[in-house]
Amino acid sequence: MIKLSIPEKLALNKFEVNEGNPHIIIDNTKCQSCQPKSCLTVCPAELYSEQNGEIIVEWAGCLECGTCRAVCPQGAISWEYPAGGFGIIYRQG
Amino acid sequence: MSADKYEVIIIGGGPSGLAAAYKLAQAGVEVVLVERGDYCGSKNLSGGVFYTRVLDQLIPGFWEEAPVERYITNYVTTLMDKEDYFNLDYKGQALSKAPYNAFSVLRAKFDRWLAEKAEDAGVMLANGIKVEKVLKEGNKVTGIVAGDEEMLADVVIAADGINSFIAQEAGLRGPIKLEHLAVGAKALIELPRETIEERFRLTGNEGTAYAMLGEASHGVAGGAFLYTNLDSLSIGVVLRLDDLVKAGVKPAEVLDDLLEHPMVAPLVKDGKMVEYGAHLTAEGGLHMVPQQLVADGFIMVGDAAGFTINSGLVIRGMDLAVGSGIAAAEAIIEAKEKNDFSAASLNSYKRRLDESFVMKDLKTYAKAPIFMENDRLYKSYSKLANDIFGKVYNHDLTPKELLLKTALKALKENNLSIFDLARDGFKGVRAL
Repeated sequence: MIKLSIPEKLALNKFEVNEGNPHIIIDNTKCQSCQPKSCLTVCPAELYSEQNGEIIVEWAGCLECGTCRAVCPQGAISWEYPAGGFGIIYRQG
Repeated sequence: MSADKYEVIIIGGGPSGLAAAYKLAQAGVEVVLVERGDYCGSKNLSGGVFYTRVLDQLIPGFWEEAPVERYITNYVTTLMDKEDYFNLDYKGQALSKAPYNAFSVLRAKFDRWLAEKAEDAGVMLANGIKVEKVLKEGNKVTGIVAGDEEMLADVVIAADGINSFIAQEAGLRGPIKLEHLAVGAKALIELPRETIEERFRLTGNEGTAYAMLGEASHGVAGGAFLYTNLDSLSIGVVLRLDDLVKAGVKPAEVLDDLLEHPMVAPLVKDGKMVEYGAHLTAEGGLHMVPQQLVADGFIMVGDAAGFTINSGLVIRGMDLAVGSGIAAAEAIIEAKEKNDFSAASLNSYKRRLDESFVMKDLKTYAKAPIFMENDRLYKSYSKLANDIFGKVYNHDLTPKELLLKTALKALKENNLSIFDLARDGFKGVRAL
C-alpha cells in the first residue's frame, strides 16, 4: 500500500474551515517553562510545531479528538469544538 | 425575549443521544436533539464493532434497513513482535445467525441513519448547532445556550461524547485522568469486496475483528484494531495518553508502521486510504463513571458519562451508549408522569442502569483497567510469545529442548520471572 504523509492523509478528509476563527488558542507564556512539550508529538494530525521558540497550531486540519487539551500539563491550550457546522466532516467515521 | 420551551433537549447525536431521543419520541415526549455537526455522524468515529443486541430491542430487525457493514463472525487476537506475530483465531457459526451479535459499522453512515429513524419517530433534529453551555437556576439545569439563542427544557441530556464539555460545565465531571483516556488514530482503506472476502476467508457478509497487542502500538499501553467492512477495512491504533506522552511517539507514525508490518501489509495490499480520523476513547471503565449521573433537570449518557469497557479482548462503547440512552429515556418518561424532574426523581436512571447490562458489565470488569495498567502486557508478553514459538518451530540442528525449558529461557531473556507470569495470569483471569 502506498504510504501517505500527514498532509496527504488530511487531504483525504472533508473540512469546513471557519476562516479567521481558530478553535484552538495557545497561551505561549505558559509554554516557555514546559519541558515535555507533548503537543508536538501526541496530535494524530501533527498540527503542532515550534517556530522561533513559539508553539503554533495549524488548527484548520484538526480532527477534533481533544488529545492536545488533555495532555497539556500547563493548561496552555484553550481548545473547544469549532462553531456549529464547521470543522471536520467525517464521511465514513 | 421569550425562549422556546421543550420537554427534553438532547445535546449530541451519537448512539446514546439518538437512542434516548427515539425512545422518548415513541412515548410521545417532545424532544429536540441538537447536533454540532452538519449531520448526525459527521463528528463521530469509532473502531468500530457495535455489539448490537440492545439496538435490536429498541429497533427490532434494525439490520435489515440500517447501513451496517459486516456481522462479525471471526475474532483474531494478535500478539505482535517487530516482524513476527502469534494469532489466536476464533470463528463461531452462531455469530452468523440473526439477530446477530455484532456488526462493523461506519459511524458517519450509521449514526446518520439512526438520526433519520429518530426523526421519523417524531424527534426534532437541529443540526449544525453547537451548544455553548447549559442554563441554570441555582443547581437546576433549565435549558441550553447555543449562539445567541436560549432554549428551555424540563430535562437536558448530555450526550456530547468523551470530551463532554457540558457535563464538566454542569459540575458533574472534573477533568479526566490521562490514564483513563486513549487516542485512536484510524485509517479507512478501500478494497474490492471480493478481495476482502478472499483475504479474510469470509462468506457473504461475514466479518473479522482483529485486536492486536505489543508492537502493534510500539509497546505503548493500548493496542490496535483491524475490522472488515463491506468494501473497506477500518484499521487503527489506540494509545493510552499517559503512556503515549511517556513514549514520545507520534500516533500517525505508529499507524504507518502497523500498515507495513508483515502481518498487516498483505491484508491491506493495493488498498486505497480514503479517510484518516482520530477520536478519544475512555479506558477507565467503572472508575471514571462519575458518582452523580443526574442533577435537577439533567442526565448524562454514553461516553459523556464514561461508559466504556475494555476487557482486553473486546472493546465496547456503542452498546453501553444505547443501553444508557434507553435507561435515561425511561427515567424521564416516569418523571414526566409525576411531573417531577428533580435529581431525586431522575435518579431512577441510576437504578435502571444498575439493573441493566450496562452497570452489571461495568462492575464485572471493574478490575480490568487496573490490571491493564501493567506495562508487561504491552512491552513484554507479545515478544515472549513470539520468542517461545520461534524456538519451538525452529530446527537449526542445535539440540532441541522441551517446551518448559524453552519457555523458562525465553522468560529469562525477556527479563521476566515465572512469578511475574503466574501473578499476571492469575490477576488476568480474575479481572477480564
